Amino acid sequence: MILETVMLENMMNSATTSRMPFVEALGVLVPLREDRIVVTTMGAAREWPKLSRHPLDFHYIPSAMGQAPALGLGLALAKPAREVWVLNGDGGMLMNLGCLVTIVASGAKNITLIVFDNGIYEVTGGQQTPAAVAERHASIDFAGFARAAGFASVHGFDRLGEWQRQAAEVLRSPGSRFIVLAVEPVGDDYHLEAPGPMAGRLAAFQTALRQL
Amino acid sequence: MDYPAEQVAETLIDLGITHVVWLPDSAMGLWEHALDRPGVLELVHVCREGEAWAIAAGLHLGGCRPLVMIQNTGLFESGDALRNLLFDLKLPLMALVGYRSYLVPDSTDSARRFTEPILDAWGLDYTIVRSPDELGQMADHFRACRDAGRPVVALVAEGRM
Repeated sequence: MILETVMLENMMNSATTSRMPFVEALGVLVPLREDRIVVTTMGAAREWPKLSRHPLDFHYIPSAMGQAPALGLGLALAKPAREVWVLNGDGGMLMNLGCLVTIVASGAKNITLIVFDNGIYEVTGGQQTPAAVAERHASIDFAGFARAAGFASVHGFDRLGEWQRQAAEVLRSPGSRFIVLAVEPVGDDYHLEAPGPMAGRLAAFQTALRQL
Repeated sequence: MDYPAEQVAETLIDLGITHVVWLPDSAMGLWEHALDRPGVLELVHVCREGEAWAIAAGLHLGGCRPLVMIQNTGLFESGDALRNLLFDLKLPLMALVGYRSYLVPDSTDSARRFTEPILDAWGLDYTIVRSPDELGQMADHFRACRDAGRPVVALVAEGRM
């Protein structure tokens, strides 16, 4: 109950006034994923398996802090004919903003980095991220970071209807893509567990990759 | 200690390395032109060393044979990525790490002091390359570790940064 209260207060303190329900925002991607490689981490890794299961899904839990985009980039470089989506959190994004430049420098065109921005470290109980704190003084613009780093396509959405209408087109745009989605925390279901032993999941994922 | 860039590159190509994921130091930086061979040996530039391990992990999972190339200072920085990818995911990644100050007699450089203890603490297999003549031995060591499915680090002896 205390954690929920902290979470709600931190949400209220955020400068972003409009947010989508997280699971619904994530669900927009499900019918669009087709045969893409999808790397999830943190909140997305908790919710995506409830919505979709595919041999080319890799739920990166336990993870190295902030490194899901880098792992996704390695996959994109290894499989240049295949699209890779990385479903990242805003906390993880802040841990490794340099990866935006690394992705662009790599020249990879087959990677889409989707950031679910809820303004808090949800899996640790809802503490504010530095970006959420900074927004008391200035506007923190993840899309602006990506644009400045040189991503070919950058979009941000904070309303579900707009995201639903534009997602397919945005995800088809050429070059490296960055999408930031302002989402609500999921409330008391913040706990994060790996969806099974890593060894088995990794072996299945590698088997699927070998068949591409 | 100067390592001939072409000799380093040829050693890596002979090992079947497809990608060098790197953040160079002043010694390894001299190899850039030799390591950048599109279609043969791809050079992937990172902003911070932790990224190097994660990109190498993705490349490895995708069927490539990457090598992480960083300095020992970057090895310290990238500890969480190394921990996760080599121990949680158990990926047999290979790294070539510049061993700053190894060749400086009586060095007080903390980067030198902590390098081997850190690798020992991780329980990582490592070898020290003291001169270009030892690159062949390094390659043999890498092959043995690859065949055994375990990660490996080669520390390349350097002078001051």
